[in-house]
Amino acid sequence: MAGTAVLGRLTWQPAEVVDVISETPRTKTIVFNVPDWPGHQAGQHVDVRLTAEDGYVAERSYSIASAPDGSRLELTVERLDDGEVSPYLTDELRPGDRIELRGPVGGYFVWTPSQGGPVLLVGGGSGVVPLMAMIRARAAAGSETEMRLLYSSRSWDEIIYRDELGRLAGNDLTVAHTLTRSQPAGWAGYARRVDAEMLNKVAPRPEERPHMYACGPTPFVETAAEALVQLGYDPRRIKTERFGPTGG
Amino acid sequence: MDAVRPAARRGCVMSFISRGFRGRRRTDADPTRIPPGQYSTSDFPVLSAGPTQHTPSDRWDFHIVGEVDEPRRWAWEEFQALPSEEITVDIHCVTKWSKLDTVWRGVSIDTLLDGVETSAEFVIQYSDGGYTTNLPLEDVTGGKAWVVYEYNGAPLPPEHGGPARMLVPHLYFWKSAKWVRGLRLQTQDEPGFWETNGYNNYGDPWREQRYWGD
Repeated sequence: MAGTAVLGRLTWQPAEVVDVISETPRTKTIVFNVPDWPGHQAGQHVDVRLTAEDGYVAERSYSIASAPDGSRLELTVERLDDGEVSPYLTDELRPGDRIELRGPVGGYFVWTPSQGGPVLLVGGGSGVVPLMAMIRARAAAGSETEMRLLYSSRSWDEIIYRDELGRLAGNDLTVAHTLTRSQPAGWAGYARRVDAEMLNKVAPRPEERPHMYACGPTPFVETAAEALVQLGYDPRRIKTERFGPTGG
Repeated sequence: MDAVRPAARRGCVMSFISRGFRGRRRTDADPTRIPPGQYSTSDFPVLSAGPTQHTPSDRWDFHIVGEVDEPRRWAWEEFQALPSEEITVDIHCVTKWSKLDTVWRGVSIDTLLDGVETSAEFVIQYSDGGYTTNLPLEDVTGGKAWVVYEYNGAPLPPEHGGPARMLVPHLYFWKSAKWVRGLRLQTQDEPGFWETNGYNNYGDPWREQRYWGD
């Protein structure tokens, strides 16, 4: 097994909070400094470990939001009201605090600029986070790879990274929003759940053999992936990450 | 109540307190049944690397191939006619959730391998859609693994691996392939899908063998 010998154990590392950025009413980006961070690929995740004073430990996994950038690492966390870990991360953490994390983890749901494109990204809610890492990696590399994001949010106020996506769009990065619950006055974008017709409009043609990534709640990803298969895209090029309501 | 197993404290010498973190210990799950780093859920989250496979049962069959004296094959109806068991087990996903007392029905791998002559020490589960996962053969024999086709008394839905999936509950759940179509017995080990993508080659949740090198 050549693969296993190459990488050593992923050890827990201290990560210091350097900034907390409010993205939407329910999501925050926590910016960490991780001195010994080995680097990562867009789409990978980290494990976070919290330890209470009595030794009780809770672990969760979170997608990395940032492009590789030295020791700087960003996680964007959606607050789940009945969660055990996410309310701590979004409400309690402040600059100077330290938590532990280890990673990067996952070698499948990843995109690097050298892979090329075209690339279709389909995100639902906070499922946009690992896709944003891909968009940022593309921008950081000065890549002109064709990339298209179809991003489903409940409302205008719940669009994570809204301003940055607006700034990055253009130069062969297309961003299409759909707002499923409420739309601002004069909204000209999509206003329904992602379906085959929408994907057919937004996605590169099947014969262009796009790399496809879908991330979001389980029903969202099921719908998007099945629609892409029906539209004639190669199932083996559709990579998915699903999360249930219990992410904590 | 102290909800922390001794195993969960492993490494705490090196770790430190997260200011203001209290945690919310569940009181409805026996903590001795939750491996380190896991939390108990009553939901059944879906994890797959790609689109859900939809193989109708009339096009499903199951194979034992590789280092065997004679390959075996069962069509769906033949498989249903094999002696089955109801299995109630705890399952543990590497993404951190554990689910206690899940109830399945299926066929023991011991039944499928009964009378098979083999020198193999490893087994590869292979599935529709191309998924594979590898195990030592001894981890699927001796009443430790099944091919299951019912969950909670109903046919296994496609998103959870139906029409049939593997159930190897003593290892992380990625070692229980969805949409399984066969077992390939091998004399040599061969890392499968997640095992070549950063995840542990064996995957014992009680030793928290999540990733390479764990």
